[in-house]
Amino acid sequence: MNEKSLPILEVRALRKSFGDFVAVDGVDLTVAPQELVFVIGPSGSGKSTLLRCLNRLEEPTGGSIVVDGVDLLSAKVNINLIRRQIGMVFQSFNLYPHMTARGNVMLALRKVLRMDKTRADAIAMHALERVGLAEKAAAYPAELSGGQQQRVAIARAIALEPKIMLFDEPTSSLDPELAASVLAVMRKLRDSGMTMIVVSHEMRFAREAADRILFMERGAIVEKGPPEWIFGPHAQPRTRAFVAQIIR
Amino acid sequence: MNAIVAQFFNLEIMARTYPILVHGLGMTLLLCFVVVPLGLSGGLVVAFAMQSPWRMLRAFIATLVDFFRAIPPLALLIFIHSGLPFAGIRLDPFASVCLAFFLNTSSYYGEVYRAGIESVGRGQWDAARSTGLSAAQAGLYVVLPQAIRNVLPDLISNTIEVVKLTSLASVVALPELLYSSDMARAVTYNASPLVLAALTYLVLLWPFVRLLSRLEHRVGH
Amino acid sequence: MNGWSLFIDTFFRPDLIVRYLPPILEAVVLTVEIAVLIVATGLIGGLALACARSFEFRPLNLLIAVFADVFRTVPPLVLLVLVYFGLPNVGVTLSSFAVLWLVLSVVLTAFAEEILWAGILSVRRGQWEAARSTGLSFAQTLSYVVLPQAIRLAIPPLTNRSIVITKNVALGSVIGVPEILNVATTAESFVGNSTPLMLGALCYAMLFIPVVLAGRWLESRFAWRRF
Repeated sequence: MNEKSLPILEVRALRKSFGDFVAVDGVDLTVAPQELVFVIGPSGSGKSTLLRCLNRLEEPTGGSIVVDGVDLLSAKVNINLIRRQIGMVFQSFNLYPHMTARGNVMLALRKVLRMDKTRADAIAMHALERVGLAEKAAAYPAELSGGQQQRVAIARAIALEPKIMLFDEPTSSLDPELAASVLAVMRKLRDSGMTMIVVSHEMRFAREAADRILFMERGAIVEKGPPEWIFGPHAQPRTRAFVAQIIR
Repeated sequence: MNAIVAQFFNLEIMARTYPILVHGLGMTLLLCFVVVPLGLSGGLVVAFAMQSPWRMLRAFIATLVDFFRAIPPLALLIFIHSGLPFAGIRLDPFASVCLAFFLNTSSYYGEVYRAGIESVGRGQWDAARSTGLSAAQAGLYVVLPQAIRNVLPDLISNTIEVVKLTSLASVVALPELLYSSDMARAVTYNASPLVLAALTYLVLLWPFVRLLSRLEHRVGH
Repeated sequence: MNGWSLFIDTFFRPDLIVRYLPPILEAVVLTVEIAVLIVATGLIGGLALACARSFEFRPLNLLIAVFADVFRTVPPLVLLVLVYFGLPNVGVTLSSFAVLWLVLSVVLTAFAEEILWAGILSVRRGQWEAARSTGLSFAQTLSYVVLPQAIRLAIPPLTNRSIVITKNVALGSVIGVPEILNVATTAESFVGNSTPLMLGALCYAMLFIPVVLAGRWLESRFAWRRF
């Protein structure tokens, strides 16, 4: 981690409960610009909930989140404006089925950024090019493979030029061959300097591309460190047990 | 057999009374063009109110919807037309019909929209909001178009019901199709004008009923 | 206080409530009786026709399809008036109760047939093939394999449609059936006050709100998923 640059994301004592069930139990996290942070852990450990709190798709019950100096949880913040700066990619893609790929990418540009059609179209096409799907701009989601859909979803998020990208199990719904194409796009994104927080089981990707890995269990961060540490013999027993289980 | 034809399918009487029916049809169509948009918009309001975060509002609207779906439309119409005057509110027949049908059809359309909105997965909403679209924008551009597509058969079916519902206006002496044909029956002592009216409804609605069957069979498995 | 007491006097006058509650309750019983009869004959008729249709006998199917289309398209009130005023002139006299039952049963039969037929069509072809290949006859396959599945799919739309039809019992007031609306409006014009009508409306609400809620519960249990 680069000590000299200001963190782009600072999370303190984040807490989220659903009734009696505590999904996220006092998480602290600091992310520097251009870092790729990987979050791993068993299902039910709160990783997705943590991610969804970061753009307030889930409303935290306690703690603070500061993105690039802006307090996300303050009453005065305009959440819609902030969400332009935080991109999210979902496990089930969630492309709008009634719009083409181009339409999907353009919607927020037109309605949130209030761009005119020509400019929005140009930006949308550029985003689709970045994920390698420019020739599929006029296709509807139903006509695209899973991997292509997810790449369009990534294009939809990066078209807004966010400061941080959140990935919630982006390849869990995909066959390995299709997952590869998505991971390639994610690698390209990382190389272009995007700050990324990824919840995923793709351990090889984590080992190759992550700057830091967080291991979560039952709503709390058990251990954090660079891949060599987390996957190495000096990690905590619980961490090593989980890693052994995942890397078959 | 001859008696049946003479009573129900008397072409001479049909030809004679057909001008009256045309006037009635005009009124029926006018009613449709007023009541259907009213119901569609009212239903939209109901559907959005049901999405609001305030529990009191949702409970209130839900109760109203259940109430207006439970009361037979004719009873509601009679209540507004004959009952309200005693409380000092006097509406002319056309207005009574519009109000009664607005309350009734908004509840039904509202339920259809609600089912449609619920049929659109939460993920769509999440994706739209996560790109910064406001709640209204996400609702309008992402959720609603899909919701309507999903429940199009139900919307069409409901609209057909509304057209059929206009025949109730005859009870408050509004000169629509049924009223006119019933007048013709009373004058001629012959039921053929009513048969002609029935045939008119058939011609008017049958294409939509067929379209609906086709849509429903396609949506099925 | 004037507005409030006017309201009470118009819609909730105590002496009128006492006087007219008994006849209105009698009308409620009659309404329920006729509703139950209509639903019973309508559903049985619809089931019979849907089964007949599954035999795939072309001329019969055409007839059934036309029947279903006609009686789902013409407004029930039109049919009611037509039958009630037309029949006596060809020598057939039926009580208004009988006419109401007949017309609404036929209408429900038409709707029920279409709903059940759609249900039967939705049962995958593979079900038929599997059953027949184990030696079950057509009739057995229909009864034991296809119909149970079709009926399950049909329950939500059938309950909805039955509720709509039973509310059409109110149309009987137009042809003189002494059901709730009829009794209420007669009383109202007799005393020049809306209290009987309000009683009628409340009776309808109490009658049908539980039905609507039950229908909604049934729908959620047997949800017919689209997409």
